[in-house]
Amino acid sequence: MDELGLLDRARPDLGDGCLVTDRMNLSRLLMMLPAVIFFAAFALIPMCVAVYYSGLNWSGVGSATWVGLQNWKSMLASGELWHSFWLTIALMFWCWVLQNPLGLVIGVFTAGAQRHRAVFGALYFIPLLFSSVAIGVTWSYILSPTFGLMDNLLKALGIGNGFENWLGNPHIALFVIACIISWQYIPFNALLYQSGVRQIPRSLYEAAMIDGAGPLRTFFSITLPQLKYTITTTTVLILTGTLTYFDLIYVVTNGGPGDATQVLAIDMYKQAFTNLNIGAGSVIAVVLAVFGLLLSIITLKFTGFNKMESQMEGA
Amino acid sequence: MKAFRRVSVGNLLFTLFGVVWLIIGCYPVFYILTTSLRSQNGYLLGNPWVPPIHPTFQNYAQVIQSGFLRSFINSAIVSVCTVLLIVVFSLLLSYVVVRTRNRAVQTVFNWFVVGLAIPVQAAIIPVYILITKLGLYDTLLGMILPMVAFALPLSTLILVNFVRDIPNELYEAMGIEGANDFQIVFRLVAPLARPALISVAVYQFVQSWNNFLFPLVLTQSAGVRVLPLAIVQFQGEHTMDVPVTMAAVVFSAIPLFLAYIFGGRYLRQGMLAGFGK
Repeated sequence: MDELGLLDRARPDLGDGCLVTDRMNLSRLLMMLPAVIFFAAFALIPMCVAVYYSGLNWSGVGSATWVGLQNWKSMLASGELWHSFWLTIALMFWCWVLQNPLGLVIGVFTAGAQRHRAVFGALYFIPLLFSSVAIGVTWSYILSPTFGLMDNLLKALGIGNGFENWLGNPHIALFVIACIISWQYIPFNALLYQSGVRQIPRSLYEAAMIDGAGPLRTFFSITLPQLKYTITTTTVLILTGTLTYFDLIYVVTNGGPGDATQVLAIDMYKQAFTNLNIGAGSVIAVVLAVFGLLLSIITLKFTGFNKMESQMEGA
Repeated sequence: MKAFRRVSVGNLLFTLFGVVWLIIGCYPVFYILTTSLRSQNGYLLGNPWVPPIHPTFQNYAQVIQSGFLRSFINSAIVSVCTVLLIVVFSLLLSYVVVRTRNRAVQTVFNWFVVGLAIPVQAAIIPVYILITKLGLYDTLLGMILPMVAFALPLSTLILVNFVRDIPNELYEAMGIEGANDFQIVFRLVAPLARPALISVAVYQFVQSWNNFLFPLVLTQSAGVRVLPLAIVQFQGEHTMDVPVTMAAVVFSAIPLFLAYIFGGRYLRQGMLAGFGK
């Protein structure tokens, strides 16, 4: 008995505890604690609490009354939620259409070995350094119908009357927003594609050259198929990123004109923090969370996280 | 020879495309810079496409006089504290996740992976209520806490992938010398994981420097205003004075330009590993 006890104590002593073993101990528990507490208190639990809030009639201060599914019923019936929902889908669609193909071509361009392409790649990155707020403010000036750069250019080229109100026209405002978002994020997608292209084995290109394939043929039969995981990754990122896109829209149109750009995230903010209707805002927040989780689950189902990881490691 | 020439023409067209995108991508940035050096009259009367003939730093003086220095310091405090906490917390957690074979630890890690999918917008209302109840509304700390929380899943994931590659023999060698868990993390894991740590730090610095939603919801007074909020406020006050707002935009992006010039490689790696979330 005694001998056994000594042995048990002696073994951890050999490596002064813990490290050669892979067992849990007090110091490891302490190491985990800060991250776990922060994540639980300010991310995980709040997300669950949002579900509870969606059943409250509450302005954020004072007393709250539990109204069950009342908020859900009125939100689903009002049409406002559906309007925001379809706008969000439309924004996701436009962002994908604008960002993915262009990001792909630019990524292939910057992946080239030529020296000037590396310089271009470094310059392409610059829009990513600005905050969405700064980008939004800048573009609202560029697109302004008074003294705006864009109308100035079009007038010089003889296109249009030179007074197009890009962000004030409800028919095109959402598309214009998608263009601004894409302007900032295409370089990011290009970066992902660039690293994807660089991982394609050189031997495939050498084989294609021996077979006499031209650059276009090589692109469509080697580069594009080899990039399928990168395409999945960028698609997921664009869709999940656009789903909750808020900053730039808030600054540029704040959901307007009317409610032409009032996507879910803007709608949620207005309900909760402008109308002080915590219940209605939480309904939209839950819709956003479910939507986001569904997107992630679908992604996992189609790709598997390991594949995304292995793409990541090559970076 | 024939094939070579065909490739050259293709290359030329491709380069042309690259130049066109360079103009689309960089001209607005050039516009921000040149406009910030214009006088208000020069903006209204001059040609917006070409740089001003008589550049002036008047706008920058006005930006600094109107309280942007305060916002700059606030942003710096928030970003530095946020990044320090993120790096330390996620490093400690990733060490435990990699080195501990324990069901509970793996479950915690899986929850962090799920946490990647939590949009900030889905939790912002309860976070606002929580921060208010903690008495941290309208404080710098009140912004830092949730920013750290939402950055942890991604940072941990990146570091776990990196720490996993540290060979077992190194841990054993330190174990024989009698090092404890904390010594191993700070004397072995941290130096070896330095590139990943820098990437996480640079990336999260950019994220917190540019963060808008948390400050918007969690603060209101000028004393704790961070730069993105200050720009919006400033634009509201100077709707017609475009040059001075552009100066504010440039002023607020200076640290990120410096970060890109001196640590561009790490920033790009951080973005790639971070998927831009």
